[in-house]
Amino acid sequence: MTLDLEMAEIAKVFFQESREGLDAMEAGLLTLGATADSENINTIFRAAHSIKGGAATFGFAAVADFTHGVETLLDEMRNGVRPVTAEAVQTLLQACDCLREMVAATEAEQPLDQGRIASLNLDITNILGERPHAAPAAPAVSAAPAIPAAPAAPAVPAAANGVVAAGWRINFEPVADLLRLRNEPTRMFAELKRMGDFTAHADVSRIPLLDALDPESCYLSWKIELAGQIPRAALDEVFDWVDSGCRLEIIPTGEAAPIAAGPAAAGTPAPALSTLPTEAIKPAAAKAEPAAGAAPLAAVPAQRPSGEPNSIRVATEKVDDIINLVGELLITQSMLCGFADGINPSDLDRLRQGLAQLARNTRELQESVMQIRMLPISFSFNRFPRIVHDLSRKLGKKVELKLVGEATELDKTVLEKINDPLVHLVRNALDHGLETPDQRLAAGKQETGTLELSAFHEGGNIIIEVRDDGAGLNKARILKKARERALIAPDQDLTDEQIDNLIFMPGFSTAEQLSDVSGRGVGMDVVRRNINDLGGHVQISSEEGLGSTIRIRLPLTLAILDGQLVRVGKEVYIISLLAIVETIQVTKQLVNTLVGRAQVFRLRDEYLPVVKLCDQFGIESDRRSAEDGLLVVVESDGRRVGVLVDDLLAQQQVVIKSLESNFRSVSGIAGATILGDGQVALIIDVPGLIGAAMKQSGAAVTAHAA
Amino acid sequence: MSTVKSKAGADKSATETSEQYLTFMLAGEEYGVDILRVQEIKGWDKVTRIPHSPDYVLGVINLRGAVVPIVDLRRRFGLETIEFGPTTVIIVMRVAGARNERTVGVVVDAVSEVYNVDPADMKPPPDVCGGVDTVFVKALATIEEKMLILLDIDRLIGNSIAEDAATAAA
Repeated sequence: MTLDLEMAEIAKVFFQESREGLDAMEAGLLTLGATADSENINTIFRAAHSIKGGAATFGFAAVADFTHGVETLLDEMRNGVRPVTAEAVQTLLQACDCLREMVAATEAEQPLDQGRIASLNLDITNILGERPHAAPAAPAVSAAPAIPAAPAAPAVPAAANGVVAAGWRINFEPVADLLRLRNEPTRMFAELKRMGDFTAHADVSRIPLLDALDPESCYLSWKIELAGQIPRAALDEVFDWVDSGCRLEIIPTGEAAPIAAGPAAAGTPAPALSTLPTEAIKPAAAKAEPAAGAAPLAAVPAQRPSGEPNSIRVATEKVDDIINLVGELLITQSMLCGFADGINPSDLDRLRQGLAQLARNTRELQESVMQIRMLPISFSFNRFPRIVHDLSRKLGKKVELKLVGEATELDKTVLEKINDPLVHLVRNALDHGLETPDQRLAAGKQETGTLELSAFHEGGNIIIEVRDDGAGLNKARILKKARERALIAPDQDLTDEQIDNLIFMPGFSTAEQLSDVSGRGVGMDVVRRNINDLGGHVQISSEEGLGSTIRIRLPLTLAILDGQLVRVGKEVYIISLLAIVETIQVTKQLVNTLVGRAQVFRLRDEYLPVVKLCDQFGIESDRRSAEDGLLVVVESDGRRVGVLVDDLLAQQQVVIKSLESNFRSVSGIAGATILGDGQVALIIDVPGLIGAAMKQSGAAVTAHAA
Repeated sequence: MSTVKSKAGADKSATETSEQYLTFMLAGEEYGVDILRVQEIKGWDKVTRIPHSPDYVLGVINLRGAVVPIVDLRRRFGLETIEFGPTTVIIVMRVAGARNERTVGVVVDAVSEVYNVDPADMKPPPDVCGGVDTVFVKALATIEEKMLILLDIDRLIGNSIAEDAATAAA
């Protein structure tokens, strides 16, 4: 079988679905634990089986062979022949990792890590015990490199490959559902025809009378004679996708090749030969397959499991195009609304009504289009059981991981970018937060610590919390460290909250012992920066002895934001509502100058630096002093400044457009958007603005001091 | 811009090898840009100013949903600025930058003609030219006894935006 273009296209689906299958296997294995839940093992088994079948179909012999060993082990567990031991689960988890790498390497057409594959194969073989069929699997792997175009690289183990007969007689009795499952017998026959001299006799005896005939059912069965030196494996491959939906007998005819004595006899102990009638005719197996939503049926889109939520794979670019278009629609709509406001309203009521409807429609359309990009956070959360499992073993800690609100949806881009920071936070919580079982018992807590990952929506934002019931942050130590490293002034008084949040300062790490898990002092500040880059916000609260909670607030999407329009002189800027703490009318007595030039504003018990947008951006403002303007208090990284503007305009959702695509990035500006009147307005980069203001005021003060 | 099109059609010196140039006026001189780079020509419209940008970048406009920077070519060349009048237009072009292709609008005094220029008629600009940097001049061509300054638009605008970005970041 060679890979033509179409096959390569389908192979892509296989790679994707294999990954999903591996994720399902991993998730299943992690919950397997001590109890051998048969439904769970079945799910894992089916995922492995699908990967094997798919790999064999595409001629990825190494993947298929390797999965075969895994599948054999799983099959024995499933049948209760073999107990589910922690070691076996560990080996299977490693096998998942290995398979993941193999799939990636095969997709990239890169060489496989033969050493690792062989050693894992050996592990699996050892677990399986001395079984004749498992041993040859390892040499078969090294002998057959995973070149996609490798001809006739079949799924079945090496032993069965040799079964070559001078001819075959095939009794093929499909179930009535064959066609509904989108299997096409004529295609299979065409494939067989290519292999040798093909004669088929259709058995029409099962066809009912016309009024009882269901046009979508298959009533035919076939007796096929196939002459030629054809390996048994090649036949198995043809029938691979229908094996669970038919009664299939493959009998060698003529002078059989030496090893071809009897495939049925050779196959009985090896579950790999799943095409054998023994398994194939079990109706339960046939039904279980489509019902298993978790088991991806690689490369046969027609066999989609029903009942599970349908999903589509859409190229992100296409979705982005739609989002842009919808953004345009919104602009047009607000432009029209602008017109309507200006015209005599006497006979324009209907126009207004229409516009109101247009507004509603466009908003709904925009929301539903945005939904396409939304993915449940479980995509990210699902990796954590494995991470926690591995880490807690390594650290000798007992941890129970709780996942809450996995169905909470957020933008794909945000989801992808939040993953690494989350992993970091979880590692930190495990390494530094949670104590060892002994310490916990000594502290009067339960031996097993709890780590909770939760996600929920809160007013247009998504909140992700990482909570542990560990030791909490040691405030005294943090304070000491911060003073040592001169991160704060020696005599500076800080609230508990401020102390906790010191750990987000660059160059801060309280870990007394460096480990390869976390604690190199480059962690939390990077986490915070990543989250800030997403327009989000991170905060920690902790109680000594009781645990810590890290709270991440993120915008749901990076494509639109809720903005406050502000006016400075003739220019209109947009400030993200997320960054705005409050807006205050400035009164004279609350504004003070510092070293003659810098201005500060007294907000309750705090002095805020005043940033004048007109000075920052070099534009004309209505007023030059802060004394009678409006102060928008914005916050980023826990730092607050007051931004002086001339007027507050509307609040609206804006579609974020890149300045960089045609121009370049501009300091203090996060992007641009198009307002209802068609004009471009710039979106203020609050962290950038605060950073620039801090730098400037610092420079000004030092310049004066010098 | 129908006038541009009709003149292009009327030009009978079109040959297989010749390249078409859109020419425009700037302080009495006639400049040409490769017509294949020109996306559209539109009237002067209000721009949104961009802080921390070179003075020749007047701002950005909304071009059917895309945010497009507008470069004042007079300022880019250090010529004296004039009040924008009814003939002032923005030529929107595709410009190759260091990393990607950008859409940039260029403000000129007026559009002029579309000429077919035979590559054989293009002469390299003199290296030293009275203190004027000629790197962004692709060639000088003579058409109807007039000198056309054919611009290398990528050097003139694409690279300058990228370079400035690099210096701004530093």
